[in-house]
Amino acid sequence: MGMRKVAIVGAGITKFVRRAQETGKELSWQASKMALDSCGITLDDVDMVTLGTAPDAFDGVHMKGEYLADGAGAHRKPYMRHYVGGGTGVFSPIHGWMHVASGMADICLVVAEEKMSSCQPHPQGAFLTIFDHTTEQPLKPTLIWIFALEMNRYMQTYGISKADIARVSVKNKHNALDHPSAQVAEDITVEDVLNSETLCWPVNRLDISPASDGAAAVVLASERVARRLTDKPIWIDGVGMSIDTAYWATRDLSYPRYVETAARMAYDMAGIKEPAKEIHIAEPYDPFDYKELHHMEGLMLCPRGEAARLTAEGYTARDGNLPICPSGGALGVGNPIAATGLMKVIEIFLQLRGEAGKRQVPGKPTCGLAQAWGDLMQMGTVIVLRS
Amino acid sequence: MVKRVGIIGIGTTGFRSITPDVSYRELIFEAARKAYTDAGIEPSEIDGFVTAAEDFIEGYSIADEYCPDQIGAVLKPTHTVPGDFIQALASGYMMIMTGLFKTVTIEAHSKASNIKNVDEVLGFGLDPVYNRPLRETPHAIAGLEMTRYMFETCTSSEQCAKVVVKNKGNAMRNPYAAFGADITERDVMNSEPISLPLHRLDIAPHADGAVVAVLADGDTALALSETPIWIEGLGWCTDTPTLEMRDWGEAAYARLAAEMAYKMAGIADPAGMIDFAEICDEYSFKELQHMEALKLCRPGDAAHLLESGATSFTGRLPINVSGGALGVGHLFEASGAHKILELVEQLRGHAGARQIPDVNIGLAQVWRGVPTATGAVAILSNM
Amino acid sequence: MKLEDCKLRGTHLKSSDFEKCKVLTTEWKPNLGYAWDDGVAIGRYLAELKQGKIIARVCHECHRIMLPPRMFCELCFRPTDEWTYVEDTGVVNTFSVARVNWDASRRGPNEPPLLPAVIEIDGATKGMGILHMLGEVGPDDIKIGMKVRAVWKKPEDRTGAITDILYFKPIRAAASKKPAAGRKR
Repeated sequence: MGMRKVAIVGAGITKFVRRAQETGKELSWQASKMALDSCGITLDDVDMVTLGTAPDAFDGVHMKGEYLADGAGAHRKPYMRHYVGGGTGVFSPIHGWMHVASGMADICLVVAEEKMSSCQPHPQGAFLTIFDHTTEQPLKPTLIWIFALEMNRYMQTYGISKADIARVSVKNKHNALDHPSAQVAEDITVEDVLNSETLCWPVNRLDISPASDGAAAVVLASERVARRLTDKPIWIDGVGMSIDTAYWATRDLSYPRYVETAARMAYDMAGIKEPAKEIHIAEPYDPFDYKELHHMEGLMLCPRGEAARLTAEGYTARDGNLPICPSGGALGVGNPIAATGLMKVIEIFLQLRGEAGKRQVPGKPTCGLAQAWGDLMQMGTVIVLRS
Repeated sequence: MVKRVGIIGIGTTGFRSITPDVSYRELIFEAARKAYTDAGIEPSEIDGFVTAAEDFIEGYSIADEYCPDQIGAVLKPTHTVPGDFIQALASGYMMIMTGLFKTVTIEAHSKASNIKNVDEVLGFGLDPVYNRPLRETPHAIAGLEMTRYMFETCTSSEQCAKVVVKNKGNAMRNPYAAFGADITERDVMNSEPISLPLHRLDIAPHADGAVVAVLADGDTALALSETPIWIEGLGWCTDTPTLEMRDWGEAAYARLAAEMAYKMAGIADPAGMIDFAEICDEYSFKELQHMEALKLCRPGDAAHLLESGATSFTGRLPINVSGGALGVGHLFEASGAHKILELVEQLRGHAGARQIPDVNIGLAQVWRGVPTATGAVAILSNM
Repeated sequence: MKLEDCKLRGTHLKSSDFEKCKVLTTEWKPNLGYAWDDGVAIGRYLAELKQGKIIARVCHECHRIMLPPRMFCELCFRPTDEWTYVEDTGVVNTFSVARVNWDASRRGPNEPPLLPAVIEIDGATKGMGILHMLGEVGPDDIKIGMKVRAVWKKPEDRTGAITDILYFKPIRAAASKKPAAGRKR
């Protein structure tokens, strides 16, 4: 392609918890330090830093990118924050990729942090302000509404039941039992999900990932440097992002076309023509269980409306044909929004290196994908990694 | 391999203290439509989009949700940099240099008039544990810095006031500017004390407006534009956010960002090679402090250079002929946008009454305002 | 580098740790107010809502009739061309039955659930939906594809806001008052 090759060479992550004692700065530092140590470099070796973190309303600090700068290793370095709502965590390494592939940096530290617990009485309240201030906020909407509306439309369009969807929550919470960062890993059944409290029909409590505090970080390096730092660089072969119109109520909610647009961009760059065959392992964003199915279809990993059936058949289990969210996803590990996306990227990174421990999928995967979603059912970010 | 990136189009609404007739969407659309017409390219053909915005300045969460429609970015690769326009520009520059994008749109705007209490928002940027409980005006941080700067460089308040006089005077020539005025140092010194040594007229008042720019790789730029304005150097830097660790006299973030930009542009003698500059004067003393950090004069010498007339409209190194923030209005994340706009118009020879003759290399520098220690620098040329 | 071999940092706190003052906290109640300029499009939209009407904008290039109205077409990237009134009836595209409020608090035992919906407004281009509420309908009786009509506030109570429409109700009365068999919502 003629483009400069960029690899992920190191990673770090904190535990994901409902309320961390650590400040956002401290969480960022813990993840960044672990990432630097993992590839044997220090902050002096880092050329540039980019930080992803979602709404400032959670932390209660305006310009929180500036506030978190020292925790993210940005001291007297070229530093930027990037922010695309929930899509941030997977956009983080993409932004880092831009820093290195452009030739402006050889080593870029990418950090993703979220501290939702500062927002009282509940982080959910902060989401009121994502809706249009004039045409929607007076109706006092909550984030769960917009997911419930989309989930209902998706179910209705394809004749999918709540039980079909609940299987994703069961799978991911079970997968997360093997993830050391996990906040809400547990063995549950489809019945447990269906019997959990109905928050906004058709959404029940166990359909949703929790609010969390946590941070993650990766180190990106140009090819020359990557090969010196590790014998298992994981190459960023495809990047894609796409944002749909802010007028979300005018769109077909049964299909995330912005995920497809982003995926096509990433597949093009990676030279992937048949994603369902060439992608061996995927971590789509699963803040709600139905979203994993919704996104699988948007990523063209299966035909529209088929994701639920494939899940029921075990296709997406760790030992299935196409493992989806072997990490345990947001539903099992936790959802500190920006950090979740980067957690998924790190999962693919580890899986492709054969270092995913008990979560390791069989068959030595060589090509994986992570995807995040954000905003008002708008933003798709996709990254394709290869060993 | 992409070698150069140029600005092929730019559009603006101009800057006013209030814009009650239009919503932010309509404001940005105007700037975007003008930019694309200027560039000779439609947004459907643009490969990528970067916007600069902060949630609490907009008044809603996830600012990037509301950016695509009015810049033509629906279903396109778009992201937001919560930072200054010049940082968003740097993001766009890097996108083109990867080879994956041929053209990128950069957008920033200010609708600060819609914020009921700006100082409350600025104060919300302070450390919630160490600084906010003191309940000081956020301008106090600039006041502390001004005192230290004046002490280290033997600069007086009157000399700082001369920056205000120069810049508001320059703004009288600028049809885009909101706060042009013919005033004296006495007026500045007599204006209401805000956080001494800062008086009200030492502080740039906020303004509304939008700017959209279109970047292209070298080949595309030459094909589409008669005078692409080339990005020769870029630098950006964040110093410690912790006030207690600050070096109060020197703007280290500006020095380091400038060093990075000069290195990239191959400029060894800034004072000799930069023809004109638009640098941050959000508080009057900042123009002087930044001049020194940018090595446009010797340390401690900025006030003398100002008094000599060297940085006036007719001087040998005109600084802020647009009027700067003091004359145009403080634009928050769009601060750098206005400076880039000025550089482009000057380098194209389209600056009308404020045109500086024979310019080839311009420098734009921004600071993100209190309580940050973050700044960025861009060096543009028409050669 | 297996995560299992690394000591992951991060200390979990329980809410009781705060209540029992085992950890120190600092509180801040922000006082952030905004007054957004509605501009031309939304300004007219709200003014018409006050008159009990819904107004849209038309783009002559793509022929879309757009709601909420906008002064530029985001797809053709040109100014839109004319105003046109649309109906105050529509079709339910999707809906939910909400038992939580915006701040995650639960609705009380005597408070009926909220019924948010996306309603495609008649007269606008197909698919042009707006977010609003449903009312005068039991949760079990709502169907995607159901026809609804706006219920407006009394003219003297309207302020020029989206809430000048109280909710949308089914155009045909709900079929029966018996609890519907099947899924409880």
